[in-house]
Amino acid sequence: PPGGGSGTYDLSASTFSPDGRVFQVEYAMKAVENSSTAIGIRCKDGVVFGVEKLILSKLYEQGSNKRIFNVDRHVGMAVAGLLADARSLSEVAREEASNFRSNYGHNIPLKYLSERVAMYVHAYTLYSAVRPFGCSFILGSYDQDDGPQLYMVDPSGISFGYWGCAIGKAKQAAKTEIEKLQMKDMTCRELVKEVAKIIYIVHDEVKDKAFELELSWVGEVTNGKHELVPKDIRVEAEKYAKFIGCDGRTEDGYTTL
Amino acid sequence: PTLYSANWMQFITTTIMAVEYDGGVVIGADSRTTTGAYIANRVTDKLTPIHDRIFCCRSGSAADTQAIADVVTYQLGFHSIELDEAPLVQTAANLFKASCYRYREELMAGIIVAGWDKRRGGQVYTVPVGGMLVRQPVSVGGSGSTYIYGYMDSNYKPNMTKDQCLRLVSGALSLAMERDGSSGGVVRLAAISETGVDRQVILGNQLPKWSTA
Repeated sequence: PPGGGSGTYDLSASTFSPDGRVFQVEYAMKAVENSSTAIGIRCKDGVVFGVEKLILSKLYEQGSNKRIFNVDRHVGMAVAGLLADARSLSEVAREEASNFRSNYGHNIPLKYLSERVAMYVHAYTLYSAVRPFGCSFILGSYDQDDGPQLYMVDPSGISFGYWGCAIGKAKQAAKTEIEKLQMKDMTCRELVKEVAKIIYIVHDEVKDKAFELELSWVGEVTNGKHELVPKDIRVEAEKYAKFIGCDGRTEDGYTTL
Repeated sequence: PTLYSANWMQFITTTIMAVEYDGGVVIGADSRTTTGAYIANRVTDKLTPIHDRIFCCRSGSAADTQAIADVVTYQLGFHSIELDEAPLVQTAANLFKASCYRYREELMAGIIVAGWDKRRGGQVYTVPVGGMLVRQPVSVGGSGSTYIYGYMDSNYKPNMTKDQCLRLVSGALSLAMERDGSSGGVVRLAAISETGVDRQVILGNQLPKWSTA
């Protein structure tokens, strides 16, 4: 059968293959790998997200098709994969965070939130009537007591805590760059420039042409509120990224061919 | 709750109180439960553990407060396991508030939630009848509390030590027990801190005396 040896074991998520794999989940992860890169890094006083948002048409309004969401005041979410799936999961995460606050009277701890959303994602890998979510996402938060936290959830419904992680097509290259950083000793302001630099480094100019850099942060610098990095800081970070990261760019970040 | 019901409810209209100090809280209560004029239990324990370092002081209907405390103990225990860490006093207080407010028409419960957690140390939250929630450094409740507001206002000072708090609480409670017919028996005290819960009972003849009679 076409499509490489999975035979009849890949038609539904409720079927294991003879070698113990659930192909539908693996295919969902491939959908993430086709998407452009998103990275999240935790430093000593906050978390910074960077997303390489590919621009598929010059007709798009600037800033449309956001890939970074606000889940709660202190929690942000950067996604890769099918954007529609990611949007619906961001709503799930928002409800979880809101219900927690309503029931218990304080901010939801990120570990708990990521486990709850991961459980939800996992549920969609159990049945043939539904398909798994085709997106991975990185959750980040900053809290007075727990400090900065970073968790990643993938389509299999598993969640882990990280100091730095990357999802999407250039995740390997991005991980290599992230590993070079001493993030535990950096502040958010320093990290913003490095995150921008990494996105510029891993961006493939030949295949992917124009992109918009989406940057957000949450930490002491924002008083615990997750928000997009202010324009002036973003512009400065992009200047640093272009200077260090790559050549041949025009001022507004679009390549000219 | 209907006060015209045929069966007399058992009440723990009482005197209860809680005081914050640096590093924990001291809570105290009298030990009288009444059914009308009859003292159904003269050695009641109104200081109920909700979790390892969180207690509640119960006043109002004995049955209502026991039922609410059982519900909150379950909810908080579940929440703590899910979170994999000790629960916050604020969380326990919010859970009490949720029950007391939602069922405010059917309940008669005045509860003081007090305990220690690693985020904010010793805390006292009061949830009076009606289901409001407010944090206070010192809180008194129950029918006997009216007699000791003046005592509290003049004798409480911030940043007291644990022993000063114990003396303050036992003094205040014995005053209230002296004056309030619905309060009496022994004084039960508990000091909650990071290291644990230290419970005491002060028997009638050992109570501080406020009159020479």
